[in-house]
Amino acid sequence: MNRTMIILKRELNAYFATPVAYVFIVIFLLMVGVFTFYVGGLYERNQADLEPFFRFHPWLYMLLIPAISMRLWSEERKAGTLELLMTLPISLTEAVIGKFLAAWCFTALALALTFPIWITINYLGNPDNTVIAAGYLGSLLLAGACLAIGSCISALTKNQVVAFVISFIICFAFNLSGFPIVLDLFSSWAPQAIVDVVSSFSFLAHFESILKGVIDIRDIIFFASLIAFWLYANVLAIEAKKSS
Amino acid sequence: MDKLIEVKGLEKHFGSLIAVDGIDLEVRRGEVLGFLGPNGAGKSTSMKMITGFLAPTSGSISVCGHDVWSDPIAAKTCIGYLPEGAPAYGEMTPASFLEFIADIRGLRGKEKSNAIARAVEKINLEGVLRQPIDTLSKGFKRRVGLAQAILHDPEVLILDEPTDGLDPNQKHEVRSLIKTMAEQKAIIISTHILEEVDAVCTRAVIIAKGRLLFSGTPIELAEHSRYYNAVTLSIARDLETAVEQTLRSLPSVASVETASQSENELVRLTAIPAQNESIVGAIHNCIREHAWQVDELFVEPGRLDEVFRTITTEAHATSEEMRT
Repeated sequence: MNRTMIILKRELNAYFATPVAYVFIVIFLLMVGVFTFYVGGLYERNQADLEPFFRFHPWLYMLLIPAISMRLWSEERKAGTLELLMTLPISLTEAVIGKFLAAWCFTALALALTFPIWITINYLGNPDNTVIAAGYLGSLLLAGACLAIGSCISALTKNQVVAFVISFIICFAFNLSGFPIVLDLFSSWAPQAIVDVVSSFSFLAHFESILKGVIDIRDIIFFASLIAFWLYANVLAIEAKKSS
Repeated sequence: MDKLIEVKGLEKHFGSLIAVDGIDLEVRRGEVLGFLGPNGAGKSTSMKMITGFLAPTSGSISVCGHDVWSDPIAAKTCIGYLPEGAPAYGEMTPASFLEFIADIRGLRGKEKSNAIARAVEKINLEGVLRQPIDTLSKGFKRRVGLAQAILHDPEVLILDEPTDGLDPNQKHEVRSLIKTMAEQKAIIISTHILEEVDAVCTRAVIIAKGRLLFSGTPIELAEHSRYYNAVTLSIARDLETAVEQTLRSLPSVASVETASQSENELVRLTAIPAQNESIVGAIHNCIREHAWQVDELFVEPGRLDEVFRTITTEAHATSEEMRT
C-alpha cells in the first residue's frame, strides 16, 4: 500500500466516522430523485434514456460537492494536524492526491447508489446502455472537477463555511461560463478571443456532449487538465499558507 | 554519525517580522537539549523548521545526515515530532490513529503491531485505545501525540512542550520516559518550565527574540545566577543585625539579603558570594565562632528562573535600545 492509498483510506474513513457521509448520500439521492422524476419528467417523456437524470447533475454538484470538499484542508489547518501530516515522511503531492481521491471515491459511491434508476429504465424499456455508461463517466469527471476546485479553496481558509461558499461560487461560474450571465462580464472589455476561452470552460457544454454518448477525447482532456490544474494550485496554496 | 542534528545560521522571516535570527545548534546522540525562552521567542518556529514543516529563510538544517530541505522524506523518516498542542485527528481512536501513523511510516505486519504495542505500553494508553480522541482528556491527548512521535523508535525526537497540560504525576512519567530513551537518541524538548531543564536536560539553550542567548549544561546555566553558591541561614530576629554585619564583613561575601518570615520569629539571610566560589565554609566558621543559634543552613543551587529572567530581559532591553 503506497502512501497516497494510506491517506485515501484514512480520509474515506473520516467521512464515515461522522454523520456527514450519510447526510450527504441521503440528500444527494433524494434530490436526484426529485429532479429526475418531477422536474425532468422521466416517465412523461416516454423515452428509454437517462437524460433527465444526468441533466441536473452540474447543478446538484455545484451545491453538494463543496459540502464534501470544504473540510479536506481547512479542518487540517484549524486542528493543527496539517503540521503533523507535513512532518510525516510523505510528500505534499501525495497527500493532496490522496485526499482528493478519497473525496472522489466517496462521490463515486453516492453516484453508484443511483443504480435503481438505471434498473428502472432497463425494466421499462431498452435504453442504449453505452450512452448511460458515458453519462456516468461524464458525471464522475464533472464531480472530480468540482472536487478539485473545492479542495484547493479549502486549503486557503481555516473556515469551512467560507470554503463552502467560495467553492460554490466558482463551480457556479464554471457551470454558467457559456451563458451571457458570465460572458457579459468579459465581453464588455476583453477581446473576443478571451471571451471564447471563457465560454469554452463551460462545464455544461463539455458535460452535455459526453451525455449524448459521444466520448470525445477533448472533453476528457478538459476535465482531466482542470483537475490537474486545481490540484496543483492546491499544493501551492498549502505551501503558501503553511507559515501563517 | 554522532551529530544527529546540525543547524547552521538558521533564519526565518515572516514579512518584516524576524522570528528566528541566526541560530546555530548541534545535538549529539545521548543528549537531551532543552529549548528555553519566553512565549514568541522562536522556539516553535525553530522546531517547525528542523522537522521540515516550514522552510527557513536562510541557513541549513541536517538531521541524521540528511538535509531537511533537499531530502525531506529521508530526514522526516528519522524524526519523531510532537507538534505544539499535540494535534491529532479527533474522530479517530488512538488505535486507528497509531495504525495510520505506522502505515505512513512504512511499518508492516508484525513490525507494525509490535511498534504499536510498544508505544502503547510505554505511554500507558491501553485504557483509551478504542475511544475517539476528541473525547479524551487533555493529558491523554498529549500522550497520544507522544505515542505517535515515538512509534517508529526514531533516532531524533523533537517534542514541543511535551508536559504542557499534564498533572504532576503525568509530568513525572513523561520525564522518566524521555530519560530512558535519551541514551539512544538525540532529543530536543521545548519548555518554559525551568524545573524540567534540571530534571531531564543534559544541555539547555535560551532563545529570546529569535536569537540564541545561552547554551550550556543546566549547571552552567545555574552558575549564571547571582544565587549560585549563595548561603541561606535562618536565625532569631534579635540576632539579625549582628549576623548581617558580620557576614557583610567577610571578604568572600558580596552582599546579604534578608527575608523575614512572618509566621515565626525567624529571619532568613542570604549571603551572596563575591565570585562564584563556595562561601559555606567561611560562614560555617563564623557561626561556630559567634555561637549563633542557626535554625537552617543551606547552599543555594542557583535560581534558574532568575537566570532566565536576566538573560531574556537583557535581550529585550538591548533590542529596545537599538530601536530608539
